[in-house]
Amino acid sequence: MYPYILSEFIVERREDRCIRCRVCERQCANGVHLFDSELNRFFTTEKDCVGCQRCVMLCPADALYVRPRLADYRPNGSWTRDQMQNLKKQAATGGVVLTGSGNDKPYRVYWNHLTLNASQVTNPSIDPLREPMELQTFLGRKPDSLKIEFNGGKARLASEFPPNVPLRMPLLFSAMSLGAISYPAFKSLAMAAKEAGVLFNTGEGGLPVEMRGEYADHAIVQCASGRFGVDEDYLNCARIVEIKIGQGAKPGIGGHLPGEKVSDYIAQTRMIPRGTDALSPAPQHDIYSIEDLSMLIYALKEATDYSKPVSVKIAAVNNVAAIASGIVRAGADIVAIDGFRGGTGAAPLVTRDNVGIPIELALSAVDKRLRDEGIRNRCSVIAAGGIRSSADAIKAIALGDDAVYLATAPLVAMGCTLCHKCHTGKCNWGICTQDPFLTKRLNPELTSRRLSNLLRSWEHEIQEILGGMGVNAIESLRGNREHLRGLGLEEWELNVLGVKGAGE
Amino acid sequence: MLVRQNYESERYVPDKEMDACGIFGVMNTEGVRFGGRMAIDAIKNMKVRGSGLGGGFAIYGLYPEYRDYYALHIIYQNSNLTAKEEVEAFLKKYFYMVFDEEIPTNPDIRLFASPLAWRYFVALQKSRAEEDLSDEEYVISKVMYLNSHIEDAYVLSSGKDMGVFKGVGFPEEIADYFMLDQLYQGYIWTVHSRFPTNTPGWWGGAHPLSILDWTVVHNGELSSYGANRRFLEMHNYYCTLYTDSEVLAYAVDLLMRRQGLPIEVAAKIFAPPMWDAVGRMDDGDKELYTALRMVYAPLLMNGPFTVIVAHHNEMIGLTDRIRLRPLTAGAKGELVFLSSEEAAIRAVCPDLERVWTPNGGEPVVVRLHTREHLQSLNKSI
Repeated sequence: MYPYILSEFIVERREDRCIRCRVCERQCANGVHLFDSELNRFFTTEKDCVGCQRCVMLCPADALYVRPRLADYRPNGSWTRDQMQNLKKQAATGGVVLTGSGNDKPYRVYWNHLTLNASQVTNPSIDPLREPMELQTFLGRKPDSLKIEFNGGKARLASEFPPNVPLRMPLLFSAMSLGAISYPAFKSLAMAAKEAGVLFNTGEGGLPVEMRGEYADHAIVQCASGRFGVDEDYLNCARIVEIKIGQGAKPGIGGHLPGEKVSDYIAQTRMIPRGTDALSPAPQHDIYSIEDLSMLIYALKEATDYSKPVSVKIAAVNNVAAIASGIVRAGADIVAIDGFRGGTGAAPLVTRDNVGIPIELALSAVDKRLRDEGIRNRCSVIAAGGIRSSADAIKAIALGDDAVYLATAPLVAMGCTLCHKCHTGKCNWGICTQDPFLTKRLNPELTSRRLSNLLRSWEHEIQEILGGMGVNAIESLRGNREHLRGLGLEEWELNVLGVKGAGE
Repeated sequence: MLVRQNYESERYVPDKEMDACGIFGVMNTEGVRFGGRMAIDAIKNMKVRGSGLGGGFAIYGLYPEYRDYYALHIIYQNSNLTAKEEVEAFLKKYFYMVFDEEIPTNPDIRLFASPLAWRYFVALQKSRAEEDLSDEEYVISKVMYLNSHIEDAYVLSSGKDMGVFKGVGFPEEIADYFMLDQLYQGYIWTVHSRFPTNTPGWWGGAHPLSILDWTVVHNGELSSYGANRRFLEMHNYYCTLYTDSEVLAYAVDLLMRRQGLPIEVAAKIFAPPMWDAVGRMDDGDKELYTALRMVYAPLLMNGPFTVIVAHHNEMIGLTDRIRLRPLTAGAKGELVFLSSEEAAIRAVCPDLERVWTPNGGEPVVVRLHTREHLQSLNKSI
C-alpha cells in the first residue's frame, strides 16, 4: 500500500564539483544514487536515504550534502513529524514500527547534570603523566573478610578467593552478537579488547570456534533466552558467563534474527539450521522466578567448575534495585544493568522509546540498595546504556559502578553514524549487516586499532580526572558521590542520585 | 560516633570537615610511665601546624590503680546537668560504677565553651540477653547510645587504663587546662594540633578520636572519604563527627579489632603498594596483596595523610602511599618518637640516637618490649 511518507533527508549534489566517479552509487546499499551514463547524470531517490553519510564522506570531490528534511508538515508540538510518519507506516502495513540503535527521544540525560570535583589547596592534585594512576578493576564476588596466616613472620593468604577477572581499565565492550553485527565488526571488538586488556561480550550469537583460542581470554559469553551456541566448550572458554535477562533498549521482549541473515557461518556458530529465523523468546523459559534464576546460575557454575564469575544482565526497570538485590542473593557475581538509552540491532519503536528508566537513576538506586543490605561487596555492578564519553564513565563509577559496558560508543568509533537503520541489514558502514559486499568495508586490523585508540583515550582521560581529584586509584572514586554535584536537578532527583546540589 | 542512622539519601550525610594538622607521639617501649612534658613541648614547637581550633592528648598507662575498669571520659556541653543525670542513670543501669569524679581543670585557663568533664570507672553489668556479647561490643554499643541519644553528652574515650583529653584551643592550652603535666603519667602519649579549613571547632571533633582503647590522631584530607565512609556504613559504622579522620578510627577498629588483622596488614590496606610493585613480588605475596586490594579497596585511604594510631602496647605511624604528608621517626634508648617534624623531636630530645623518614605506606610499629620499630628503618627514605 502506498505509505504517503515524506523522505527524511535531502540529498544535494553540487554538479560543478561532481566528477562522475560513481563512488556514491557503489557505496549506497539503499540505492539512493543511480547514474545514467547515456544522460551523464545522477538520479537521486531521496525517500530511500537513511542519512548515514557514507556517500558524503567517501565523495572525493566533496560534491554531496545530505541534510535532515525537518518539518514539511505544519509544525505541531504534540503531533510531531515522527508521530505522524509512524501512523502512516502503520496504516500502510498493519505492523509494528521497527527501529535500531538507542532511544533518541529528548529525555533528561543525567550525565549532563552532574559535575566532577577537583583538589585545591587542602590536598594536592596528582599528575598522571608523572605518577602512577591505577585503573585496574576486578569483576566478581569479594568475600566479607580475609583470613591471613603468619609463617615465620611472613603473611600468607589462607582463605579461598572466589573467581575474579582483572581489567586494565573499568571499560568493557557490551553484548553485540555475531549475526546482529558483522563478522569483521565482531572480530574488531575482540581484537581491541585483547589489545587493551579488557573484555568483549559475545552477545547471544555464540563465539566462533576459530576465535576461541586467541580471544576466549577476553570474552564474556552470553547465555540468553534462545540459548544459541551454548555448549560446554563455549561456557568454559570464556572469562565470564553472562545470563541475559533483558536489554535496555527493549525490556521485556526478546529478539528476532530473520532467516535471511542466518548464513552458513552464523548457523554454525548459533547451532541452528541455515536460513531459519533465530528467535529469542521474551523470557527465558526455564526462569519464571528468582529461584529458577538461581538454579541456572548454579547450573552454569557447575558447568564451569566454579572457575568463572556469573553475571546477570537486566534492563533498568522500575523495581531494578529490588531485582538486583534478589539477583545477588540468587548467587550472581556480577549484576549488569542496561539503561533505557541502550542500543539494539532491532526493536519495536514503541518499546525502545517508552520502556525502562535511565541508567544514572537505576545505578544509584541499585548501589544504595546493595549497600543498605550489606551485600555490595558480593557482586560487581556494571552499568550500560548510553555511556557516551569517559566523563559519563567516571560519573557512573562515582555513583557506585564497577565498570561500564560500551556498545554505541565503539560502534561510532568503527564508523556508525547512528542512522537508526540497523534493523534493515543494509548498513553501509559494514557493521550491522551480513551482506558480504558491505561487510568487507570493515578491515578488522584497522577497525580494531580505532577501538583500542578509543579505549586508550578514555583511559588517559579517566586518569586526568582522577589525578585532578587527588586520588591515584579508581577504587577511591568508586561509589564516592562526594565527588559529584548536581546542576539543574530537582530535589527528588538529587535524593535518588544521592548527590548534593552544586554549592551545597 | 558509631551511630546507626539510615539516611534517606547521601545528600543528608553531614559534610566532612577538612583539616591540616601537627601530630606527635612518644612511647617508652619498656612500659615505663613518664609525664607530659615532652609531648607538650614538642607540639608547641609545631605551633604553625595548628590554628587553635582543636588540640588533644591520648595517654596510655594512665590509671594503673583502676586498670581493670573501663575509664569513661565524658563531657557535658553547656555544663548540661540534665544530660549528666541521664548519663549517670544509664551508666548505673548497664555498668557497676566503681568510682567517678570531675576531671580536675585549672580555673585560671579560659577556653572556648569549655564543657563539664567527668570520668567514670566502670565494670560491666550485662543483662541475661547480652551475655553472649563480647565485652568490647557491649561497651561500644553503650557508648554509641550515649553519643547518639543524649544531647550535650559526648564520650571522649572508653578504654581501660587510658584516656583522652581534648578540646578547642591550642594543645598546650588544653594541657594546661587539664593540668596534664602535673597530674598524669603514661607510657604512650600522642598529641594533635588542629588546623581546620572550615571552622566550627567543637570539643568532640578535636583529636584524638577514640573508641575503646583505640585512638587516632590524623593529619590529612581523605579524598577517598566518600568511598571509605560508604564501605564502613555497610559494616554499621556511621560517621557523625564531621571529620574525615573518623573513618580512619573506624577502619582501624573494623580491621584490627573485629577482623583481627595485624597492623602490618592493615597498613597495606590503607596504603597499598602500587600494582607495579605487586607485579615484582613473589607468587605468595602477589596473591596476598592482590586479594587485600580486591577485598579492601574501599578502605584505601587516598589523598594526603599521616596518622598515629595507638592502643595498649602499640603505637603505629603511617603515611599515605605516595607520602604527601610528613612523618619522621626517632629513637633514643627505649623512647621512640613519631612526629610531623623532626625539629619537634629534637626540641624535646636533643641527643637522639636515630632519626629516620619512613617511606609512604610503610608503617612504623612501636611495640612494647620489642625493637620492631627498627624494621621500618631499613625501608626508610
